[in-house]
Amino acid sequence: MRQHLLTFTILFPLVGATLIALVGRRIDDRDTRILALLTTLATFGVSLLVLRDFQTGATGYQMVDRASWVRSLGLQYLVGVDGISLWLVLLTTFLFPISVLASWKIGTNVARYMVAILVLESAVLGSFVALDLLLFFLFFEAILVPMYLIIGGWGSGNRVYAAIKFFLFTMAGSAFLLVGILFLYSRSGQLGPPSFELGRLTQVAGGLPVPTARWLFLAFFVAFAVKVPLFPLHTWLPDAHTEAPTAGSVLLAGVLLKVGTYGLLRFNLSMFPQASIHFATFVSVLAVIGIIYGAVCALIQTDVKRLVAYSSVSHLGFVVLGIFAFTQQAVTGGVLQMVNHGLATGALFLLVGMVYERTHTREFAEMGGLAGVMPWLLGAFLFVVFASAGLPGLSSFVGEFLVIVGTFAVSHLFGALSAVAVVLGAIYLLWSYQRVAYGPLREEHRYLPDLSGREVAVLAPVLALLLVFGVYPSLLTRSIDPATCVTIEQVRSSQTCADVGGPVVPAAAEGRQP
Amino acid sequence: MIQTPALEFRPILPEILLCTFAIVGMLYEAFARRPDPVPHLAIATVGILAAVVSASALWHWTGSPYVMGDTVAVDKFSVVARFVLLGAALVGCLYYAHYGSRDPGSFRGEFYPLTLFATAGMTLITAANDLIVIFLALELLSLSLYVLTGITGRRRASEAAMKYLLLGAFSSAFFLYGIAMAYGAATSTKIVGVAAPGIVQALAGQTGSRALALLAMALLVVGFGFKVSAAPFHMWTPDVYQGAPTPVVAFMGAATKVAAFFALIRVFDVGLQPLTWDWTPVLYALAVVSIVVGSVLAIAQRDVKRLLAYSSIAHAGFILTGLTAANSTGIRAAMFYLVAYAAVTLGAFGIVMLVSARGEEQTSLDAYAGLARRSPGLAALMTVFLLSLAGIPPTAGFIAKVTVFSAAIGAGNWPLAVIGVVASVVAAYFYLRVIVYMYMREPAEGVESDEGAMPRIAAGVLAAGIVVLGVFPGILTGVLEPASIVRW
Repeated sequence: MRQHLLTFTILFPLVGATLIALVGRRIDDRDTRILALLTTLATFGVSLLVLRDFQTGATGYQMVDRASWVRSLGLQYLVGVDGISLWLVLLTTFLFPISVLASWKIGTNVARYMVAILVLESAVLGSFVALDLLLFFLFFEAILVPMYLIIGGWGSGNRVYAAIKFFLFTMAGSAFLLVGILFLYSRSGQLGPPSFELGRLTQVAGGLPVPTARWLFLAFFVAFAVKVPLFPLHTWLPDAHTEAPTAGSVLLAGVLLKVGTYGLLRFNLSMFPQASIHFATFVSVLAVIGIIYGAVCALIQTDVKRLVAYSSVSHLGFVVLGIFAFTQQAVTGGVLQMVNHGLATGALFLLVGMVYERTHTREFAEMGGLAGVMPWLLGAFLFVVFASAGLPGLSSFVGEFLVIVGTFAVSHLFGALSAVAVVLGAIYLLWSYQRVAYGPLREEHRYLPDLSGREVAVLAPVLALLLVFGVYPSLLTRSIDPATCVTIEQVRSSQTCADVGGPVVPAAAEGRQP
Repeated sequence: MIQTPALEFRPILPEILLCTFAIVGMLYEAFARRPDPVPHLAIATVGILAAVVSASALWHWTGSPYVMGDTVAVDKFSVVARFVLLGAALVGCLYYAHYGSRDPGSFRGEFYPLTLFATAGMTLITAANDLIVIFLALELLSLSLYVLTGITGRRRASEAAMKYLLLGAFSSAFFLYGIAMAYGAATSTKIVGVAAPGIVQALAGQTGSRALALLAMALLVVGFGFKVSAAPFHMWTPDVYQGAPTPVVAFMGAATKVAAFFALIRVFDVGLQPLTWDWTPVLYALAVVSIVVGSVLAIAQRDVKRLLAYSSIAHAGFILTGLTAANSTGIRAAMFYLVAYAAVTLGAFGIVMLVSARGEEQTSLDAYAGLARRSPGLAALMTVFLLSLAGIPPTAGFIAKVTVFSAAIGAGNWPLAVIGVVASVVAAYFYLRVIVYMYMREPAEGVESDEGAMPRIAAGVLAAGIVVLGVFPGILTGVLEPASIVRW
């Protein structure tokens, strides 16, 4: 039972999707929504069991489930979690019920929409736990179709363009990933029957000549850099985020982008450690450019959703910068930042969606003075803005702080530049809040309703976690640390996990000192 | 006294049965008062099923591997090919029965005998061990297909048939000349000779002329390239796909590719095996050109049949990619690809037939606008087929793509794999565009979909098969495992 828990998390949404696909046409839209919500809640429940059984502090993969799938190819069904993927799995299963609840108002083709959402959940969960590279690739590609349908089918304005752009960018990146995987696979036959298993391919990659390993690093890197997205491959993101329906944006920012950073951490770093060091400066430069460029672009947006989208480019740059600093603090901070960004930006998109549902505009120029009309909604907005800007005591602060500290240890320049971006982040976020909340109220917005019960149910859990993770980050870090330590050890074989041991989160981050 | 070879008819019993039932169909057509699809379909179905039974009896063949004076090979390779081809023929016949009942005025009973003859040619070509027999089978299938293309007598169909005939005759000439050169090089037209040395023995023993053998190889590449519609020998494909009646295209698109590729595998991987180092670069180049031409030119198409035609050119390139490996992994990969491709092609054209309810003109993308709203079932099936063509999991197309690229990379041809994956991204664009029309556009006025049950069921079964093969490819690879090893 215990070793199949991960399989259940992947299967539950699929079962729900099948059920809805079969009966969705015959039952009420409301029942379809409830069915989808129950499925995602059940999945979240199973993932809590995973958390319960997870042995904190242990290194290596846990709850490994293995079965031969396609014998002739050597493809295995092989899943497992470590401290990194554990939290991404939980983030995913946590955000999906919220997204289902947030899409309650979707009225066209409800069954088809929910099927897409549930299939998406399976695919995302699968890519976070897959330990066989072809299996990972399968899930990675499977993410595209439902997301494409969600953006293209239920988005706004220029949705078809945004959906196709999203699909093609990601698929173009993953094309190289496939070649890279198959290349390693073709060499894996020398060490027993050919296989796509992560451990085996890591061995194969270790034995490759340096130039070959570097090319393969790049093949993997492009796939994940598009997904993250890293400057200059980010151009699909503002379009996709802006045109997607609220839940689509939440999931895109909350979990889909993390597949990219997760891939960099899990595959690039551990499979090609030498090439990672070789390209570290190059990647860090891209990340820093992304951090600042994203922030500057966010400053000049007139569309609130686009602003949040560009802020994602900036925040994800932090994650990549942290990962490629190869210090324990920075990498742990990066993983923390993945989770926190998922929550904070997810919440931002939820709130922007709620404002849009009421005002039917995303332009700052057409908003203003809403704080007086909807105090609760705007109060929540302010809370999330603070969380996203990295106010100490709220979750993003810890991650950003660790990344900057960890990066300073490697490069003062990158550390200083990324610290500047934190200030920029505060500017654009607070300014956006100001433009929405204060100023003259438009006449037609005078009687807008405040948060409904459903909306409170959507927001409350996210806001609570933002606070909890901000005050008590070691809840996460104590299981993340051992896992990141293993990865870093693989990169710099000089350092061992025993050396690093002990609490990595410095006192300054635990407390509320800026 | 001329010694006649001992005749063993069981290995070609499927072909004999197909031709017999074709003749029965012709007689029925000649004496029937008015054309009626039902008896025709019954005759053809019985013929095909009889052929399936007799072919499956060959799976455990223990006799001599080469019979009829070494002209016909009996191996699992050809049995697999026969199953796929007969399946394609059956689906094509079902489609045409529906197509004919929709518009009784244009129904032609000759469709069934011609399809059976074409199928006999196709199944024979995959079992032929003699270049002359290959040529005979090639002509049998080609001539039947030329007529089938123009069977409606509509202007566009006739034009397509004419084009197909002229270019096809041209390529046959190349093929025939290649056979002559091969005979010159090896003094035999047998691929594998048992009684006397065949081509492979002559080339391996270096008794023949190498220059002539290379010339033969080049000419045979042209002939096969035309049949599998690999660029730059693809010129006929878009026009024929667009002009021919959709049931014919479904059958032709799926079956011709399977038959021609199986024959190509036998001729190149067995007969010209000693020249492997000479023909792999040629296939390599063909693969690159086909993939690029097919994927890029498909972007500009607004007619779904033309679009699928260009996509078939790109897919020929992908199959060639697997064959550049020139080993059993590559052959297995190509076989898997062909089975998946045949199923997808049959299914996709079935949907095209149902969507273009009024005659042949409604094959433009606009007819697909809002299809998900008009008939959600058809749109869902088409989506499965398109995703499989694009190679997205969990469809058979994904596994097929992985296996051919994996075979190519395993043989060191990774640049070809890079070109392939990049082109498949380009290709994804135009498959997605069809999905956009189906799901994200408002339905056009005055377009209606056909509600025919039989083709729907057939397409549904094919779609289910594609998904099952995508999730459990082991079902098929287990069968292909013993079949891919061509003996010599």
